[in-house]
Amino acid sequence: MNDQGKNTENKDCLPDSSNGPLLELANISKAFGGVQALNDITFDVPTGIILGVIGPNGAGKTTLFNVITGAYEADSGNVRFSGKEIRGKKVHKIVTQGIARTFQNVELFESMTVAENVMVGCHVRGRCGFLDAIIKTPRAKREEQWIMKRSSELLNFVGLSSQADQRSGDLPFGWQRLLEIARALASEPSVLLLDEPAAGLNATETRQLGSLIQKIRSNGVTVLLVEHDMSLTMTISDMIIVLDRGSLLAKGTPREIQSNEAVMAAYLGKGK
Amino acid sequence: MEELLQYLFSGITNGAIYAVIALGFSMLYNATDLINFAHGEFVMLGGLGLVTFWTVFNLPLPVAFILAAGMGGFAGFLFERLAIRTVSKPQPIVLVIITVGASIFLRGAAMLVWGKDAHGVPDFSSHEPIDIFGATLLVQSLWILGIVLIMVAGLHFFYNRTLTGKAMQACAINKRAAWLTGIPANKMVLLAFIISTSLGAAAGVIIAPVTMCSYDMGTMLGLKGFCAAMLGGLGSLWGALIGGFLLGSLESLGVGFFSSGLKDAIAFILLLLILYIRPQGIMGTADSKRF
Amino acid sequence: MCDMLLSRINPIRFAFFFLVIALVGLLVDNAYYQQVLILIGINTLLAVGLNMLMGYAGQISLGHAAFYGIGAYTTAILTAKYQIYPWIALVIAILLAVAIAVVVGLPTLKLSGYYLGMGTLGFGMIFNIIFREWSSLTGGASGFVGIPSLSIGSLSFESGRNYFYLVWFSVWSVFLICSRIINSRAGRALRSIHDSENASMAVGVDTMTLKLQVFVLSAAFSALAGFLYAHYISFISPGSFDFLMSVRMVTMVVIGGMASIWGALLGASLLTLLPEWLHAFSEFEMVVYGLVLMLVMILMPQGLTRGILDIYERSREKYRK
Repeated sequence: MNDQGKNTENKDCLPDSSNGPLLELANISKAFGGVQALNDITFDVPTGIILGVIGPNGAGKTTLFNVITGAYEADSGNVRFSGKEIRGKKVHKIVTQGIARTFQNVELFESMTVAENVMVGCHVRGRCGFLDAIIKTPRAKREEQWIMKRSSELLNFVGLSSQADQRSGDLPFGWQRLLEIARALASEPSVLLLDEPAAGLNATETRQLGSLIQKIRSNGVTVLLVEHDMSLTMTISDMIIVLDRGSLLAKGTPREIQSNEAVMAAYLGKGK
Repeated sequence: MEELLQYLFSGITNGAIYAVIALGFSMLYNATDLINFAHGEFVMLGGLGLVTFWTVFNLPLPVAFILAAGMGGFAGFLFERLAIRTVSKPQPIVLVIITVGASIFLRGAAMLVWGKDAHGVPDFSSHEPIDIFGATLLVQSLWILGIVLIMVAGLHFFYNRTLTGKAMQACAINKRAAWLTGIPANKMVLLAFIISTSLGAAAGVIIAPVTMCSYDMGTMLGLKGFCAAMLGGLGSLWGALIGGFLLGSLESLGVGFFSSGLKDAIAFILLLLILYIRPQGIMGTADSKRF
Repeated sequence: MCDMLLSRINPIRFAFFFLVIALVGLLVDNAYYQQVLILIGINTLLAVGLNMLMGYAGQISLGHAAFYGIGAYTTAILTAKYQIYPWIALVIAILLAVAIAVVVGLPTLKLSGYYLGMGTLGFGMIFNIIFREWSSLTGGASGFVGIPSLSIGSLSFESGRNYFYLVWFSVWSVFLICSRIINSRAGRALRSIHDSENASMAVGVDTMTLKLQVFVLSAAFSALAGFLYAHYISFISPGSFDFLMSVRMVTMVVIGGMASIWGALLGASLLTLLPEWLHAFSEFEMVVYGLVLMLVMILMPQGLTRGILDIYERSREKYRK
């Protein structure tokens, strides 16, 4: 969609990203009780790539996302986003700065319509509160129109325009995934975190999802992708990191990862 | 010194009652994740039941006791079967309103049966109050404490020594897993209702002599018992005991040192404090957000 | 598209509602009916305020009668004891309710589920005890008498008809305010909390602030209702603002159907009328009231509005076949 192009001009909070990685994680550790979910994780994400995050179940992928988005605070280490420390910030502040996510088990606002879901997604780019709404200030009207325009563009982008007025909870599962992505994009993120977006999709839907993610990237959004579907991850990722039991096992291009012995061992079992 | 002791005596007596009511709340919450706002009304049923069975029908006290507690349990059985189980999609808010409806219904029914007047019941055994270091202790207080201890011991035995009790604990931890191992979760819920409501009714029986019984006595007792359960940690049986005695003692000390008007406020101020500082309660686990 | 439709339908709906109010006010002469309608209006204010908190934001409160009481007692004390002009007292009453809502809401709204219910129950009880025990100010358990009636210049609200208009145009304004909020950026964010607080935060909604705002808003509406109640009845006592009243408010919202302002109107009407009808049952009033509550919740857990719509749709489908 053409509007994604102007994405960057709205990023007043985002300094020139050419002089460093967009997202930097340094020595991140997180434990739950006795379980070390993340152990001294360090990696950078350059602007404009698709980074695949893979690893066996329980490797800490979702925890990693939760640490980046602020849902959990890391026990130690730093998370820097375009040079600024974001560890310990509240979830909604981090979204405002430009990191959006989707959930492993699709969390839509089920009682609201498809369009409204995306409209809520625009929340951080608006400013009008209760008072604006009650008095119907010109500012509120302008903002409302902008939100509507933007959401219909985004629905168009993911191909859900004709479902705009349906209750989102009634959508088929595959479309719910797409809607969640549209909702995340509505906050105009510079980084989009997708947590297993292909889970529960059939082969055709997965292929379409792959090209959608690439389209998102070409609009200037950096994508972090947790995914079990290896063929999808390997085809669309520019870089891949592999987690195993909370530690960073390997990082590299898809080709490097595919021939990495440690990775093979982690996936197929140590004995082989 | 004597005053302090006196407050402590009455605090422990009240505390025992709160503890039993809190136990009822907690064990039901454990088994069903439900808070029964009608619980206080079962206490009322127990008290008024004793009035009828003991002073009107002139049955022997133990028989009247068992009948009154059994009546509470039977009402609980009906309540679960006719109201709670028939809800197709049990959302907490819907269940809460159903239990509130039940409490109004029970209060209304009690008013029809026993009238609007308060009824008194004689002490279980009429002895002179005992004098300890200048403070007096009612014999009924000893009865209350003794019976509460027996009930707690019985519940402890049930949970730890009987298969049914262990099955119920399993249900509380994970209903689906328990169901998969062949425990009839529905029956456990029903049983939990019956035990919880008869505990409530038993609490009503033992306090009947020290309070006046009327159709509207249950609401405040229920809410206080609830505060006690929260204080100790919702779902924790030891917590319910600790919460009950703590609430009882603090309340009677508060009455002694401040004013009796504030008595009822103490429970709720404690409730707010515990919610703000340690929502899981004194004995509860960290899992405070559980619905 | 839906929103375009809504924005066109809404003004029509509100114009119609306005007309209905005007007409009913003109046509109803009977003093008893006027009184019942006024009480329905006051209860509707309570229900619609609480519905914003419960139905839309998904946060339960079992202590909202406290704000109702704060509104009533503040204006009673200010106007009867200190001869303050009632409309100034209204502003003070609402500001006081707002201030208390902020102080209470900040720690309480961090809780969720049953714990939130309990926290709100606790503060509701504490306020009820304050109304009862601070007798030098509130008149204690026996109540507060001699609250003056309202007037603007020469226009007196002493008559049933005038008070009816005062109450119902307040309802009308509050409905308009609520419907505007619901269909705005803030309102959508509010509704999103109800569906999934997690996702709501993840799209950048500051859920804590928003919950507090709507808590404060509903407290303000409750205080307004309290003001109107106090000056209408001219006598208030703690019994009108107790735990049972809080529960009744919740019931109005749930019975009417959560997340619908018109449902709040239905719920409030029903819960005001039910006791009136049940007077015929005299002794059986409480039993029937409790039974009705349970039955509605068992048969129509979505509330009457939704339940009746479902029945309507089902019967329509039957005819189609």
